[in-house]
Amino acid sequence: MTAVFLVLSAFLASAVEMVEALTIVLAVGVTRDWRSALSGVGAATLALTAIVAALGPALTLIPIDTLRLVVGALLLVFGLQWLRKAILRASGYVSLHDEEEAYAREATEARAAGIERRAGLDWYAFTIAFKGVLLEGLEVAFIVLTFGSAQGSIPLAALGAGVAILLVVVAGVVAHAPLTRVPENTMKFAVGTMLTTFGIFWAAEGTGATWPGGDASLPGVLAFELLVSFTFVALLRRRRPALA
Amino acid sequence: MKALRRFGAFWWEFVVGDDWRVAAGVALALGASAGLAATDEPAWWLLPLAVAGLLYLSLRRAARR
Repeated sequence: MTAVFLVLSAFLASAVEMVEALTIVLAVGVTRDWRSALSGVGAATLALTAIVAALGPALTLIPIDTLRLVVGALLLVFGLQWLRKAILRASGYVSLHDEEEAYAREATEARAAGIERRAGLDWYAFTIAFKGVLLEGLEVAFIVLTFGSAQGSIPLAALGAGVAILLVVVAGVVAHAPLTRVPENTMKFAVGTMLTTFGIFWAAEGTGATWPGGDASLPGVLAFELLVSFTFVALLRRRRPALA
Repeated sequence: MKALRRFGAFWWEFVVGDDWRVAAGVALALGASAGLAATDEPAWWLLPLAVAGLLYLSLRRAARR
């Protein structure tokens, strides 16, 4: 059961981040230069692989209780950021993320930027694609490393993330446009809930607490988090007209 | 020194984000959970409730802006 949640969380988080990275790469690729944009993607992928390869084995050396406390605490703080934003989006306090709008903004900036060539590449296209993939990918790497190490299976978490990356890349090549039909905001809500759930679960174990039923209580924690989140969305939606 | 500060600021923004009070609240809740667990009393219920409370306070601050 925990393994299913683990793979699903890594898959969803990775899919959402890669859809955003794809929009950035498409915008600079179409408006500037594909070779430079793809070189940026390649360089960022290498950097991310190096980070995971270096930190992954190092994390497995830490005793599991300490690891779960640290990873749980990090996931809790990180996950609450995601969940907070997702609840504010769902209740109308923050505008929904729109890939078409993001693409138009990136493309306009790319057209306006000056041309500077370094190492035979359009430096703007290279750096924007590199930064976009690295920053979005860093969140995926963070989730894969924390989830994987706390559960004792980094390859399983990496599998979930890898499948998502592959699907997004294939969909991007086929569509040759931003993936606007991916329900990103709903997926972000789900990821925020899952990150927070795993954060609570592992951090509590790390502090010495024992869950009734062990791993079987994980769906219960998830259900509680969903209930709390939906309640806050409903409360904020009700409050919003009074603020307008 | 400047690069080190920028590196720290990046990771702070990456993990903690724009509401540091949530991170501080999580640290306090973890301490309370460890304290309760050390007394052999059930402590599993504390973190879910603390997280719900922290989320409520953070959302309330954001909604008031």
